[in-house]
Amino acid sequence: MALSKLKYNSFNVTPAAGKAVGFDSGADDLSASISGGAMVFIKKLTSDGSDDDLSFVDGTSSVVLDSTYKEYIFFFNNIHPQTDQTNLVFQANAAGGSSYDETMTTSTFQAQHSEGGSSELSYESGMDQGQGTAFQRIAHEIGNGNDECSSGYLHLFNPSSTTFVTHFIAESHSYRYNDYSHRLFTAGYFNTTSAIDEIQFKMSSGEIQGGTISLYGIS
Amino acid sequence: MALSKFNYNSFDVTPVASKAIGFNSDADGLTSVSATSMVLIKTLTASSSSTLSFVDGTSDVVLDNTYPIYKFVFINIHPSGDNTDFQVNFRDGGSSYDATKTSNVFEAYHTEGDEAALGYKGSFDLAQSTAVQKITSNIGNDNDQSGCGELWLFAPSDTTFVKHFLVTTAHYGGDYQEQYYAAGYCNVTAAIDAVQFSMSSGTIDSGTIKLYGIKDS
Repeated sequence: MALSKLKYNSFNVTPAAGKAVGFDSGADDLSASISGGAMVFIKKLTSDGSDDDLSFVDGTSSVVLDSTYKEYIFFFNNIHPQTDQTNLVFQANAAGGSSYDETMTTSTFQAQHSEGGSSELSYESGMDQGQGTAFQRIAHEIGNGNDECSSGYLHLFNPSSTTFVTHFIAESHSYRYNDYSHRLFTAGYFNTTSAIDEIQFKMSSGEIQGGTISLYGIS
Repeated sequence: MALSKFNYNSFDVTPVASKAIGFNSDADGLTSVSATSMVLIKTLTASSSSTLSFVDGTSDVVLDNTYPIYKFVFINIHPSGDNTDFQVNFRDGGSSYDATKTSNVFEAYHTEGDEAALGYKGSFDLAQSTAVQKITSNIGNDNDQSGCGELWLFAPSDTTFVKHFLVTTAHYGGDYQEQYYAAGYCNVTAAIDAVQFSMSSGTIDSGTIKLYGIKDS
């Protein structure tokens, strides 16, 4: 005998498009006024301790990186490198492309302060790119001491657009190899009107030996 | 007579892990609806408050390994004293807010009289200090003056790595607008389980601080 399932009109509530069913504010009735989240978790990649890279590829392993969302945020948390004084870097691969080598123009500046009291606020022309295809630095010279790592985010805007270039903004804080508190601001655009559907993170040298990178869509 | 209760498979919708049940876009069928990944944990409202503290396990505050990232949002922090700094400190065990920190700070400002500057703020950074971290400077106490912003705290429950924080605020001081950036690490491997906010002088006369957890599953 087929199981008789409850349908949308089985609830004692007026259906509302896109809303979830929950309890009302008095917890004494049902309500269809509850919205789903505007910040939706998509995928977490956890370093297995020896990753050459961590890659988010649309349509692979439950990753969504297409027109479903106009904004995406990657949070990287406690990224710990194998090699001392190495940078967390990223690149993109456009739809149909074969490698992570999109042309980008970027700007970078930093603020830092050491445990010994030295400080600096400066534009970093050695970290930016002008129509370059290299991986872009988003965390600077992370130490590989047992308690050293970096955390931050990369905000990617409308990567599926085929009209505009694709903008990004990144911010990180790192425990630098030489005992500095280091904050790096990076922004730029992929100078292509092809859709960006793959993002790859890696260290400038050696492996990612610890940490997570989580991808969220903003609806 | 025992009440017959509905189970997960009682509804005319394909179950999807961690999703809620909702109405589809035409409101004529059921579908799975994503819950938010940014969860409001606690709101504290100041009322001539010497401090506002978020303590894990107290008053519904969660500040442990439930979430990998936490976000505090400050809304219209209004001080009792004129030109006072909003500040934060972290608890790494025991009862004192005295985690050792190294941090960097810079600011940009523009006055109503059209003077402007961008610069590193060496008097507000910390080097292996247990003192409070200032996260604004000189908020005015006129009726319409206040400060707003956010603080991200990464993996506070971790016991291997230092604890990173990122702060961005904007405030209205002596007839100027200032944006203020502070970041640093609590140089401890003990878990951070409480965060306390205060003014450099006087009280937090009014304002709201919200704590959110960011899910990663």
